[in-house]
Amino acid sequence: MTAVTQSRNIDFLTQQAKRVRVEILKMLTESGSGHTGGSLSAADIATALYFYKMKHNPQEPKWTERDRFILSKGHAAPLLYTVLALTGYFNKALLGGLRKVGCPLQGHPSSKLLQGVEVSTGSLGQGLSIANGMALGLRLGKNPARVYCLMGDGETQEGQIWEAAMTAGHYMLDNLCAIVDLNGLQIDGRCADVMKIDPVAGKWKAFNWHVFEINGHNMEEIVNALDEAEKVKGKPSVILAKTVKSKGVSFFEDKAEYHGVTPTKEELEKALKELA
Amino acid sequence: MGSREQENKPQSTDFSGQAVATRDAYGAALLELGKRNEKVVVLDADLSGSTKTAKFAKTFPHRFFNMGIAEQDMVGTAGGLSLTGLIPFASTFAVFETGRAWEQVRQTLCYSDLNVKLAATHAGVTVGEDGASHQALEDIALMRVIPNMTVIVPSDGFETKQVVDAVAEYEHPVYVRLGRAKVPAVMPPDYKFRIGKAHTFNTGKDVNIVAAGIMVSEALKARDILQKEGIDTGVINMVTIKPLDTDALLEAARNSKLIVTAEEHSITGGLGGAVAEYLSEAHPVPIRRIGTRDVFGCSGAPDELLRLFGLTAEEIVKTVKNFFQGHSEGLSANKLAAQ
Repeated sequence: MTAVTQSRNIDFLTQQAKRVRVEILKMLTESGSGHTGGSLSAADIATALYFYKMKHNPQEPKWTERDRFILSKGHAAPLLYTVLALTGYFNKALLGGLRKVGCPLQGHPSSKLLQGVEVSTGSLGQGLSIANGMALGLRLGKNPARVYCLMGDGETQEGQIWEAAMTAGHYMLDNLCAIVDLNGLQIDGRCADVMKIDPVAGKWKAFNWHVFEINGHNMEEIVNALDEAEKVKGKPSVILAKTVKSKGVSFFEDKAEYHGVTPTKEELEKALKELA
Repeated sequence: MGSREQENKPQSTDFSGQAVATRDAYGAALLELGKRNEKVVVLDADLSGSTKTAKFAKTFPHRFFNMGIAEQDMVGTAGGLSLTGLIPFASTFAVFETGRAWEQVRQTLCYSDLNVKLAATHAGVTVGEDGASHQALEDIALMRVIPNMTVIVPSDGFETKQVVDAVAEYEHPVYVRLGRAKVPAVMPPDYKFRIGKAHTFNTGKDVNIVAAGIMVSEALKARDILQKEGIDTGVINMVTIKPLDTDALLEAARNSKLIVTAEEHSITGGLGGAVAEYLSEAHPVPIRRIGTRDVFGCSGAPDELLRLFGLTAEEIVKTVKNFFQGHSEGLSANKLAAQ
């Protein structure tokens, strides 16, 4: 078993990110329930991981040498479901069942119900610890696979994140790459108003991480950071990705109220025109 | 110290017939298991000397992860390790493992049904002098209520050793409740532990005592006293509290007039709660529950505290006799402790 061949072509990846956004918006409109803002803000990052960086094979989801992805910000489930569907883990037709009774596409990802989901998430702050455990286990088993963990910026207000940050630094987990989706917003408003997380880079550096600061919507910067992170030895890497909430849909962008609100049919049509 | 005496005493590797703290049996069993199964890894939250995982850590330093004083992170990390095919045992004091990290146990371990063993020590009032902050009296309730979780409370060292070996082969989350204080050997030498299977010492025609953990030995003492007084008494070791061995329970309830539960835990939500929930629907019989009653523990010597909270053979005897004399059970110690 080997990984599927991936492309580093920036134009191709940008196109895929657009496809990902279109599918997210369609599924959320159909569902009428789900998290729009944080799915769209991290769409470029997840696209870069699933269409380029990660060694994985949708035909063999449990391949032991696959790279692992933990969606610690589990409410961005529509994003995870979309990249899984578009890379071939399951039929795209399933996306329409999001959040409906009997559909494996739960409101937040469930690993028991859906292949390709490494572990169930949804309660914020828990993913980085799981990623650490995977990184420790892979290293112990001399498995070359890498672990990627996507967090939200509001999520880093959870204390467990910093317990885990300390652990990754202590155990020098250089097979781990964390990504923080810094869209600056959380449900109740701006992170800066709700609970300041700045200075973000300084915090991660202080916990013995190698820090990359990038524009999370610039595909070239994303793939470069992911490539460079792989070369960092002796410490974990974190990519601090500055993003815009609901990126790609101008009339939703940077608005806290679209954290957990889905588009209407009219808004979907308008959004699809913008993404065309 | 008594150490010389202990050193001279021959130690059997399975703890059969030996008085030993279940945490000590756990530490030794874990080390043995680690030698046989290289998939076993161990995590601790800065209490490896007390939980006895230090033995494993010394022999297998690369398979031991000290997580510092961070129980939530420890549980999550254990979950991640299990996802790479390893069998993590994560240990700390019961109050922190089940309380501090409850939501991590629910969300990360149980919802994903991960192969992690939570082996927590220092459960109950026999923690002793450290007092209420360190005495878990609600941990069984906290773990029992989570889907996919199995809850096991071994009664002695011999049983603990078998529990450790059995849960390592069972690919689901398991909570194993262990104690600090030395406990007498109670299980017969031919005993074989199986998950979900209680051990019925004997069935009484008048009363059956369903006990777990250190209360099994008290139940056996109470039985001997009651038998002499003409009350036909049986004892069941309900070592697995979830899933409850309902066959053994039904058998006892159908053949006697009274069921008494005995545990070093709150009567709310623990063994007593589980037995009452089940029997009230399946076969309603009078039930009396021995355990702590909506109170925190306190500092003191373990033996003193067991007496103070009524976790003794005498309390079981009194409760049974009161029932058969038509009196309500004695609550003096719990009332005292609550004041």
